[in-house]
Amino acid sequence: VLCGVAPDHPEVKNVINTFTQTARSERCAYYGNVTVGRDVTVAELRQAYHAVVLSYGAEDNRVLGIPGENLSGVYSAREFVGWYNGLPENRDLKPDLSCETALVLGHGNVALDIARILLSPLGLLRKTDITDGSLAALACSKVKRVWLVGRRGPLQVAFTIKELREMINLPGARPVLNPADFTGLENAIKDAPRPRKRLTELMIKTALEKPGEKTQAAAPREWGLKFQRSPQEVLPTADGRRARGVRMALTRLEGSGDSAKAIPTGDVEELECGLVLSSIGYRSLPLDPAVPFDTQRGVVPNSSGRVAGGPGRLYCSGWVKRGPTGVIITTMNDSFDTAQSVLEDLQAGVLDLSASREGFGAPPNRGQREGVRPVSFSDWEKIDAAEVARGKAAGKPREKIVDPQEMLRLIGH
Amino acid sequence: IFTNLSYSSADQVTVHFINRDGERLTATAKEGESLLEVVVNQNLAIDGFGACEGTLACSTCHLIFEKDAFQKLNAISDEELDMLDLAYGLTETSRLGCQVCVKKSMDGLTVRVPMDVSDIRRQLEVEKQSKQ
Repeated sequence: VLCGVAPDHPEVKNVINTFTQTARSERCAYYGNVTVGRDVTVAELRQAYHAVVLSYGAEDNRVLGIPGENLSGVYSAREFVGWYNGLPENRDLKPDLSCETALVLGHGNVALDIARILLSPLGLLRKTDITDGSLAALACSKVKRVWLVGRRGPLQVAFTIKELREMINLPGARPVLNPADFTGLENAIKDAPRPRKRLTELMIKTALEKPGEKTQAAAPREWGLKFQRSPQEVLPTADGRRARGVRMALTRLEGSGDSAKAIPTGDVEELECGLVLSSIGYRSLPLDPAVPFDTQRGVVPNSSGRVAGGPGRLYCSGWVKRGPTGVIITTMNDSFDTAQSVLEDLQAGVLDLSASREGFGAPPNRGQREGVRPVSFSDWEKIDAAEVARGKAAGKPREKIVDPQEMLRLIGH
Repeated sequence: IFTNLSYSSADQVTVHFINRDGERLTATAKEGESLLEVVVNQNLAIDGFGACEGTLACSTCHLIFEKDAFQKLNAISDEELDMLDLAYGLTETSRLGCQVCVKKSMDGLTVRVPMDVSDIRRQLEVEKQSKQ
């Protein structure tokens, strides 16, 4: 929650309080800074515990797989979000924000988050828990135009209405939606479920609004949605080193609704830009040879959270179970579903409680294994308190510590 | 009990919550409190209710009203509709508890806590067990 939810969405992070209550329970123990695969294996965990639940999410991203993807100026949404959210592994990203136009490939909430952070007035960002380093970089940013580009049409957008409305209302940024993209859609959504209907109606309304109001027309920045465009190649500058644009294949849609497919028409278009953010989805990674993994779908195969084809007493929940989509409540409900499976198995004797298992203290004692320094929940609360104290001085909810070594020093490790 | 001493009984409004397992939870609310505040203040045993603490950033305080009661509620804002759109088991008489404030005229109100995916599963499991 702390490093995935956008810095300017503090209310969404309130759920941390609910999670903290659970974490503080006597019946719950937290061991951070322990890496499965390096410090402990799944086999050892299954030996030490009656049930093992994999909830490790999606730490990687899908790749475009197109030429020019590795040019300077091209980033995955995941690393860009990690950068402004203070994820230690992305702290040295140093994204180049010296161009005017940015392309975000993808039509999900993460794509909108990125557009919003790139175009938000600094005054608003300054009061959030965005990292100091990112704030400084954004203060020097020349980006004034962001296009969100998707392969399919308006009826297939994956972002939700709250985030779209927020973007439309963003001070100093004018929405640019092409009315031609929405012809005939009013009719198509007549009988659609309410969420899709309202979302589409909002896009249509925004597309048809004349920028007559003084504030809108004079907005220094702009953003827009482009549809039915599939990236073919990131085009390089003359010296061959940086991105200068993206060549897009224009597509047509086959089928409708969620299952509509984008088929290239043969026509192409070049979009000029100096910054490309690929927001086409997060991706889980396989954890351990002992755990089955569906490389194609990027999930651990399962049935209601019970790992399929695995060694038993193994479960999964969240993004590693169903794929990297949905908002917090979707993932929470999914976790309740896995918990239900664990409880059913407990009742049915599947977990074999007659076998006594030692948990964290099991030999070899993980706390004493060389080089392993587990971090407890109260250790985290010390780090948490330090971040909040540092933020206070700057009028921010917290100032995130981005160096893991600094965190460990703070708790005396 | 001590917190109620300073209020006359005229300010008390009785609200019933039908929990996901069918149990009826009865609470005494103060006029002006939101239904989320009632659940929190009275410590009602409704799992995962109000995760975002009333800031319109989730849909976990989703409640289902009877038609008559629903029609008498305060107008629903776009922002509330936006979050309700993401709620599981959305109905025509659904509202978010954090946006509905208790009025004296609501005395005796009954609302239902909607079931989520794991509740439906649990129900099916119980039915299966009872058939065996």
